[in-house]
Amino acid sequence: MEVRLVHLSKYFGEVRAVNDLNLEIKSGEFVALLGPSGCGKTTTLLMIAGIYIPTEGEIWFGDRIVNDLLPKDRNIGMVFQSYALYPHMTVFENISFPLKLKKVPMAERRKRAQRVADMMQIGHLMDRKPAQLSGGQQQRVALARALVKEPDILLFDEPLSNLDAKLRLTMRGELKRLQKDLGITSIYVTHDQVEAMTMADRVAVLRDGRLQTFSTPDDLYNRPQTLFVAGFIGSPPMNFIDATLVQENGKVVVKAEGMRIELPDELGKRALARAKSDRVVYGIRPEHVHLDPEGDIEAEIYVVEPLGREDLLDCRLLGGSVMGVLAPAGQPVGPGDKVRLRFEAEHSQLFDPETEHTLLW
Amino acid sequence: MTEHAGSRWIQVFLIILVALLCVPLVVMYIWLLEAAFAKQTYGIVPSGFTLSNWRFLWEGFKNMPSIWRITFNTLVFAAIVTVAEVFFASLTGYALSRMKFPGRRIFLSFTLVLHAFPAVTLLIAIFYVLLVMGLYDTLLGVILVKAALELPLGVWIMKGFFDGISWDMEMSALVDGCSRFRAWWEVLIPNIRPGIAALSIFSFLSGWSEFLLPYIFTSSFENFTLSVMLRRLIGDFRFVDYGLLTAAGLYYMLPVLIFFIFTQEYLLNIYAGGTKGTQI
Ligand SMILES: Nc1ncnc2c1ncn2[C@@H]1O[C@H](COP(=O)(O)OP(=O)(O)OP(=O)(O)O)[C@@H](O)[C@H]1O
Ligand SMILES: [Mg+2]
Repeated sequence: MEVRLVHLSKYFGEVRAVNDLNLEIKSGEFVALLGPSGCGKTTTLLMIAGIYIPTEGEIWFGDRIVNDLLPKDRNIGMVFQSYALYPHMTVFENISFPLKLKKVPMAERRKRAQRVADMMQIGHLMDRKPAQLSGGQQQRVALARALVKEPDILLFDEPLSNLDAKLRLTMRGELKRLQKDLGITSIYVTHDQVEAMTMADRVAVLRDGRLQTFSTPDDLYNRPQTLFVAGFIGSPPMNFIDATLVQENGKVVVKAEGMRIELPDELGKRALARAKSDRVVYGIRPEHVHLDPEGDIEAEIYVVEPLGREDLLDCRLLGGSVMGVLAPAGQPVGPGDKVRLRFEAEHSQLFDPETEHTLLW
Repeated sequence: MTEHAGSRWIQVFLIILVALLCVPLVVMYIWLLEAAFAKQTYGIVPSGFTLSNWRFLWEGFKNMPSIWRITFNTLVFAAIVTVAEVFFASLTGYALSRMKFPGRRIFLSFTLVLHAFPAVTLLIAIFYVLLVMGLYDTLLGVILVKAALELPLGVWIMKGFFDGISWDMEMSALVDGCSRFRAWWEVLIPNIRPGIAALSIFSFLSGWSEFLLPYIFTSSFENFTLSVMLRRLIGDFRFVDYGLLTAAGLYYMLPVLIFFIFTQEYLLNIYAGGTKGTQI
C-alpha cells in the first residue's frame, strides 16, 4: 500500500509537533523516520495509525484519504516501544486478538496465530503470560500480533530500543529480512541513525516537526542536503569549519585560517555557481582526514579517544578550529604533538551559512 | 523492626504497651460475644447460657417485618449500590483519565469537593427531590441517593487506576481493531480488576452499614434495613433488652466478618502489591 502525507500538521496547543510534512512512501518500501527526541516522529506515526487526528493536511493510503477513518478500519499493524502486550492474555490470546476482533473463526485463528508465532520462533510459548517472557520474546510477540492480520502497513515506534545491544543487532537483521519477504509497506521510527541507515530503503530526517530530507541512506551519508543532516548522520560527527570560497589560478579553493583546500574541478564549479557569497561552511568527515607527514595542513593533537578499532584524534588547526580525525588504532602520538593532516578533497561538503543548504548536491 | 528496634527489652516493652492499649477494644468485642449468648452479664462476667436472645431469628420482632425480609432489603440495598457505583465510576473514571473535554478540570475538582461535602447538610434538599420524584420511602430512592453520594470517591479511585494503564496498551488495542468502547471493556477493565474489586468491597460494606439515609428517607416496614432495625431495638422498648440488641448486632456484623475473612488476602494484596495484581 502506498502512503502519502500531504501538508500534514499536528499542533498541541502552541506546540507544533509536526509541521507541514510531505512524504510519499512507495508500496512495499521500508522508510525510517529519523530525528532527535521530540522532533515529532511518534506524533507522525500516531496520525498515520489514526490515533491522532491531524490538525491540517491529508493522509492518503493508496488512492483514498483516510483522515476520518478509525484506527480499527485502517488495517495497520503497529509495534510499540513498550511492546504494549495485554498482560491479562496469554501469548496466543495476544497474537490472535486482532483476528478475534475481525471475527475470524477459532480454528483459523489458531492456525494463523501458530504460523506467525512459529515464524517469530515463539511457537512454543503460546500458553505463557507476557510477564513470564524475556524482553526479546515480548518483542517477538508484539511483532507477531502486528503481523497476524496481514496488515497493509506496518508501523514501528522504536521497537528495538529496549533490547540489549546484541539482541538489537539480531532483530535488526531479522526485521529487515521479514519486511522484504512479506513486502509490507513499513514506517519505522527511530532516533538511532545506525538503525535507520542499515534497515531502511529511504530515511526521512525530521527536526522540530519539519522534514529535513528524504533520501536513501547512501545519499544521506555521502550527499547530505542540509547542515543539520550532515551533522546528525554519522558517528563521530562531521567536522565543520567556517571558511571562504575563492578562485585561485583557475582552481576553486576553500580557505580558513591554517587551512587551504583545493576542490576537485567538478565540485568547485558547482559550489561557485551556487554560492551567494564567498562565505561557506566547510564540512568533512573524520574518516576522510588523515595523519600524513606529507600533508599540507598543520595541527596539534588535543585529545586522543581510543574507539577500539580506531582512534579518534581531536586536532587543533592553527586557526584554533578543532577537527576530529579517525586513524587506525595505536597511533604513536599524544596530546601536544604537532602533526600534519591531509584532507580527501573529493569528500568535501559545502553549505550556505544562511540557508544551511548544501552547495554541492 | 527486628534489626532497628534496639534491644529485646525495648521490644517486649513495646509489645506490652500496644497490648494494653488494645485491651478496651478487645473487652468490647468479648462482651458483645458473651452478652449475645448469656442470660445476664455482671460487668464482663457472664452468667448462664441461653439462645433466647436469638429468638428473633424464628419469631421476628414485635412491630417489625421478619428478620429475613430486613436482611434481604439490606442485601439488595448494598448490592445495587455496589453495582451502580462500580459501573458508573469505571465509565466516568475512564473518561476523566483518558478523554479531553471542556470542563474536565472543573469536573475533577468538583468531584473532590462533593466528596468532602457532608451528606447531612443535604438531607432536606434530598428529601424534597425524592418527594417530587415519588421516590420517598422507597428502597430505590435510598439506593440512588447512596450511590450518588458514594460516586465521587469511586470516580477518583477508578480514575487513578485508569491513569496507571499505559496509553500504549490502549492505542495498541485500537490499532488491533477495537472500538474505543471495546478497548475499554476488553483491555482496560481486565487490567484494573484489583481496583474494581477494592471499590466493590468498600461500597458493599459502606452500603451494608449505611444507617442515616434509610433511616430518614424510608418509613414503611417493608423498606427496613438492618441498621434501622437496630436503631428501633434501642429506641422503641421502654428499657433496652441488651441481650437481644447484642445478638441482633452480632447478626448484623456476621456477613461483614465472613466477607473480610474471605477477602482479606485479596485486599492485602491490593494494598501491598499495588495495581499489578500479580500473585506470586
Ligand atoms: N499529547 C501531547 N500533548 C502535548 N504535546 C505533545 C503531545 N505529544 C507530543 N507532544 C509534543 O510534541 C512534540 C513531538 O513529540 P513526539 O512524541 O512526536 O516526539 P518524538 O520524535 O517521538 O520523540 P522521542 O524520540 O523522544 O520519542 C514534543 O515537543 C512533545 O512534547
Ligand atoms: Mg517517540
